[in-house]
Amino acid sequence: MDGLWLQSLLLADSTVRLATPLVFCALAGLLSERAGIVNIALEGKMLGGAFAAASAAAVSGSAWVGLLAGIGFACALALVLGFATITHRGEQVVSGVAINIVVAGLGPTLADAWFGQAGRIPLPGGARFAPIDLPGAVELAGVPVLGPFYAEVVSGHNLLVYLAVLAVPTIAWIVAKTRFGLRLRAVGENPEAVDTAGVRVEGMRYRALLLAGVLCGLAGAYLSIAQNAGFIRDMTAGKGFLALAALIFGKWRPVPAVLACLLFAFADAAQVRLQGTPLPLVGTVPTQAIQALPYLLTILLLAGFVGRAVAPRSLGRPYVKDR
Amino acid sequence: MRGTSRLPTWVELLLLPGLNLVSAAMIAGLVVVLIGEDPIAAVSLLVYGAFGYGEAVGYTLFYTTNFVLTGLAVALAFHAGHFNIGGEGQAYLGGLGSTLVALHWGHLPSVLAIPLAVAGAALFGGAWALVPGWLYAKRGSHVVITTIMMNFVAAALMTYLVVNVLIKPGQQIPETDIFATTVWLPPLAPLLAPLGLDLGRAPANLCSILALLCCLGFWLFVWRSRPGYELRVVGRSEAAAIYAGIAPARVTMLAMTLSGALAGLLAVNEILGSQHRLVLGFTGGYGFVGIAVALMGRNHPLGILLAALLFGALYQGGSELAFDMPKISRDMIVVIQGLVILFAGALEHLFRAPLEALFLRPTVER
Repeated sequence: MDGLWLQSLLLADSTVRLATPLVFCALAGLLSERAGIVNIALEGKMLGGAFAAASAAAVSGSAWVGLLAGIGFACALALVLGFATITHRGEQVVSGVAINIVVAGLGPTLADAWFGQAGRIPLPGGARFAPIDLPGAVELAGVPVLGPFYAEVVSGHNLLVYLAVLAVPTIAWIVAKTRFGLRLRAVGENPEAVDTAGVRVEGMRYRALLLAGVLCGLAGAYLSIAQNAGFIRDMTAGKGFLALAALIFGKWRPVPAVLACLLFAFADAAQVRLQGTPLPLVGTVPTQAIQALPYLLTILLLAGFVGRAVAPRSLGRPYVKDR
Repeated sequence: MRGTSRLPTWVELLLLPGLNLVSAAMIAGLVVVLIGEDPIAAVSLLVYGAFGYGEAVGYTLFYTTNFVLTGLAVALAFHAGHFNIGGEGQAYLGGLGSTLVALHWGHLPSVLAIPLAVAGAALFGGAWALVPGWLYAKRGSHVVITTIMMNFVAAALMTYLVVNVLIKPGQQIPETDIFATTVWLPPLAPLLAPLGLDLGRAPANLCSILALLCCLGFWLFVWRSRPGYELRVVGRSEAAAIYAGIAPARVTMLAMTLSGALAGLLAVNEILGSQHRLVLGFTGGYGFVGIAVALMGRNHPLGILLAALLFGALYQGGSELAFDMPKISRDMIVVIQGLVILFAGALEHLFRAPLEALFLRPTVER
């Protein structure tokens, strides 16, 4: 029984690790989509954040400088997205695709030119967020059941994981309870009304995108200078889209979206562990089936076969002020 | 993607795309400078690498064919008011369609086997795109999201099939057996040799001619046929379409199916024309480049041909460039693609508004 408990703890541990970038990105998507901007660019902004964080950390030798650079670059990309979609009322999906593709090329191009390692950026020792042992983890490890849980699952993650845990209630509170959050949601549902009330729709949408940029930067930095030690090409590997799927799966609400992230991360973690092991009832499940599952679920949900996901009403519509 | 332009035709079709392209080129040039290379020298190497000798032309032609097909695919959905980001997945499934035909009916004579394999590619690609079309028409799912998700599902499905089912028995590399030569598309080289153009070992094949025929068919369909007209009406305004007695649901499904079929034909060029076996990831992002091509080409076959040629040249010239200037990697081409999508698509109003102010006389208010 002890072995099984430890196995499940390790599974929970890797679920947390895999969910962290998804959580950041899903919250970023939530902020921009609730403000009415379709955010296909999560993937690109996260990858950009990962690249900038790794470059700055590699040059400076400091994880903190890397984190700032990652956030800064992701915000710059968010501003480009805002310039195209808010100021120039460009097609939001096209803008997102453009950013994704530019970053997918720019990262390896610059990494190759600056570091000369075929598009990779390796980190020197110490330029990375190290695991933090929470107080008491070592002492309590001997306590049955709860001790190992505390030591394996709760303690021993890096700073950004804990930041993601904090970000969930914070963003949920901002969106649901603050004046800013109310305006943000209103801008995504009925921008005309917000405009009539004397709030600048464009300004609100820019702020939403910038906040989303910060979160994408955190997600990227987590990938390149916390979870892994360096940048490699396409290291986001579709996580931005997976977060988007989680956001839709969570019906554009923070807590369900985060739960969806955890579910998808759990499927991913289990998939790695299960490879080739037959399951009761279903037999051996091909890893690809588990990989495709989040996307299939999202398609089914969007189509209303499993519940119904209704997007913010003004999602994707640029705001044109009537004169 | 909707609405008509009020600009003079030459401004709309030449000046505006030209300005977009120049902006993208300037930023790309800036990146080259940032890397520490000479942008002018890079451009001349690129042009030589794309058109300088026979084999280069052959490769450029090969890549251009890919982009014509994926560009037409995106454009067709655009005309119906939809954004098909799923070209990548549809092309991947198209590869499955032609592979199944090639592996099962490879013993047939080429006259039968090749058309069947081409039809297989179109059929599978079309069917994969029909799913989002159907989900939109019947259940109201957003085409963009569904097509993105379908790309990932396609990737997982194809990996499973190639690794577990279709793999050549007794081998580790995830690819199928080489097809029978009866389904190989004939190369273009013997056709062009009498003209004094030696394509060398370039994989350009008859699919290039198929792509040209698709351009013609696209034009005839969209602007000279009843379903094409209905498609454009639905793209402009679903409400108007319903008022005119057109069923948007049916039109959307038709548009998505045809769009997916065009994307599926990418497999004809890549699989039947060049690789002669199914390999993982043969779509190589060409489906996404189709978005840039359609935007640059203003969703018109002629524009798409020119834009595809531009990207084909960038692809081929870019790999040569990466060889000659070690500091510039092939990823630079991806940057340029993204910038073209940014300026031609996302920021299209950036130059449009000033040009409209310049070229349109103020109309008299009635």
